[in-house]
Amino acid sequence: MHTVTRPIIVFLCLCLLLLLLFPVVGSSFYTGLVTKIMILSIFTISLDLLIGFTGLVSFGHAAFFGIGAYLLAILFGNLEQINYWWSLTLTLSLTGVAALLVGWLCIRTSGVYFIMLTLAFAQMFFYFFFESPHFGGDDGIFMLNKPQITLATRQLVDLDNEHHFYYFVLAWLVGVYLFLSMILRAPFGHVLIAIKANEQRVRALGYSTPHYKLVSFVIAGTIAGLAGFLEAAHTNFVTPAYLGWHESGMAIMMVILGGMGTLFGPVIGTFIVVLLQDFLPEFTEHWKLIMGAIIIFVVLFLPNGIAGLIFSISNRFSSRAPGGREG
Amino acid sequence: MEISFYLIQLLNGIQYGFLLFLMASGLTLIFGIMGIINLAHGAFYMIGAYLCYWLTGITGNLFTGILLAIPLSILFGYAVERLAISYLYRRDHLYQVLLTYALILIANELQSIFWGNDVHSVPIPELLRGSIQLTANQAYPVYRLFISGACITLAVAMYWVIQKTRLGMTIRAGASNREMVQALGININWLFAIVFSLGATLAAFAGMLAAPVNSVYPGIGDNILIISFVVVVIGGIGSIKGAFIGALLIGLADTFGKVLLPEMASMVVYALMAAVLFWRPQGLFGKV
Repeated sequence: MHTVTRPIIVFLCLCLLLLLLFPVVGSSFYTGLVTKIMILSIFTISLDLLIGFTGLVSFGHAAFFGIGAYLLAILFGNLEQINYWWSLTLTLSLTGVAALLVGWLCIRTSGVYFIMLTLAFAQMFFYFFFESPHFGGDDGIFMLNKPQITLATRQLVDLDNEHHFYYFVLAWLVGVYLFLSMILRAPFGHVLIAIKANEQRVRALGYSTPHYKLVSFVIAGTIAGLAGFLEAAHTNFVTPAYLGWHESGMAIMMVILGGMGTLFGPVIGTFIVVLLQDFLPEFTEHWKLIMGAIIIFVVLFLPNGIAGLIFSISNRFSSRAPGGREG
Repeated sequence: MEISFYLIQLLNGIQYGFLLFLMASGLTLIFGIMGIINLAHGAFYMIGAYLCYWLTGITGNLFTGILLAIPLSILFGYAVERLAISYLYRRDHLYQVLLTYALILIANELQSIFWGNDVHSVPIPELLRGSIQLTANQAYPVYRLFISGACITLAVAMYWVIQKTRLGMTIRAGASNREMVQALGININWLFAIVFSLGATLAAFAGMLAAPVNSVYPGIGDNILIISFVVVVIGGIGSIKGAFIGALLIGLADTFGKVLLPEMASMVVYALMAAVLFWRPQGLFGKV
């Protein structure tokens, strides 16, 4: 794990300020787009907890995003009034249970097995929703209403208002960021980081590493479910494509491009990739060719991602000795 | 339903299993020997299918189409190994996944540029067009028997090459201890290039054989890639025997799943995988 130096904290605060001010100047379209990017950022941060901190390369993380979205749509999609607190609690706990089951089976393996298994389970969920006539099949499900956030019959946030939704998602993003950085600073997080560095040694120290990995998997899965919940509430629509393995692949790409092993890296990666996905098709129909080339470039020349670049720049400005242990 | 109906399903399942074996054996060899997790394997299947469609269209005959497509696939596999995969040998699995994923995106776009996004069918040659009448209203197409025959021939040939030839000995040695093979003075780069283009060609050949049955369409390689992963995981990574058993199991499970449980056919395969892994996390023939 890198030590977050002061210039980086300043940089992050500036980014947050920009995000806070954006809806004031941004058009409706871009406010919606940035909302979507922030939702996906929550998803990629949770993937980074697995890839960048615990060393578990999950190629099926989109499954939990999709499960979160589907649970909201299936359980609450037809209701006139969706109680936010109830729907969120139920969606997240059921996604957590799904992550627990999948994780319990996958954690027993490691390395390539783990990659292939997570991929295969994600495909299983994909086909479950894709083929099931009860859950909309390949058409997906439209939702009538958004969740209502009320406290003692007073409406706190109006999710139908796009600015409200924007700040609501931003608050969640900051919340997830702070939650994960808290976890990672706690002894539990140190064990996860140590597992990534050398699992055998951690086990020799007496830690039951499978339990730690499983808890990490469940936390990441639940946060991914939260992102899915927000996405379904944002678009009022869920589709099996949310669970597809291309989503998982692009999520890994976002984490690596941004810089794995840092919490802000995935956010940067998500912004870049989604904006590229948005702009490139305007130039050419075959934009995925360019996307593929960019991925190859990142793998060969930028393995630590943009966060890696930022760290090397910040170390130059920082008064501290060249810090930033790899981890 | 009659017994002949189940017989046909059995034959279909075995035939699908054989095709999966061609895919999975390449995948498992590439992993076992080179330590590379190759997502682009499905892309080779897709390229094989499209080459077959294209060359059959030009020459007017499936056999000449396949004969011309095989050397192209070997060349293509070799080029991909040299230009992309060879940079990944000392890298983490994560980067292998990402780079080969990028190769899929590129291959799919190239396919769409060269051959468009339409669904194409490939004609079955006159010689294999008939079907064998089983009962009054049940028949089995000869071409599917031809697929099974070709796969068996190839499997036997592979067995012979791997068990009886010097190259096969090197491959087996590479699978069990890569460093030792290098220490004995065998050119490992050469071995990797051969194994990778061999695996790629097997996948492409599976695509060529399947083209007349399944027709040729964009994204054709994606689905079979994931199923091949399931086969490899069930059989145990690096084990050709495991790939064979796993492929037949999955072929049969998928075919009978579609008949008996049509609403959740695609899930049967994954449920089988979960069951096997629950029992043996390293796969049927995998080493711990």
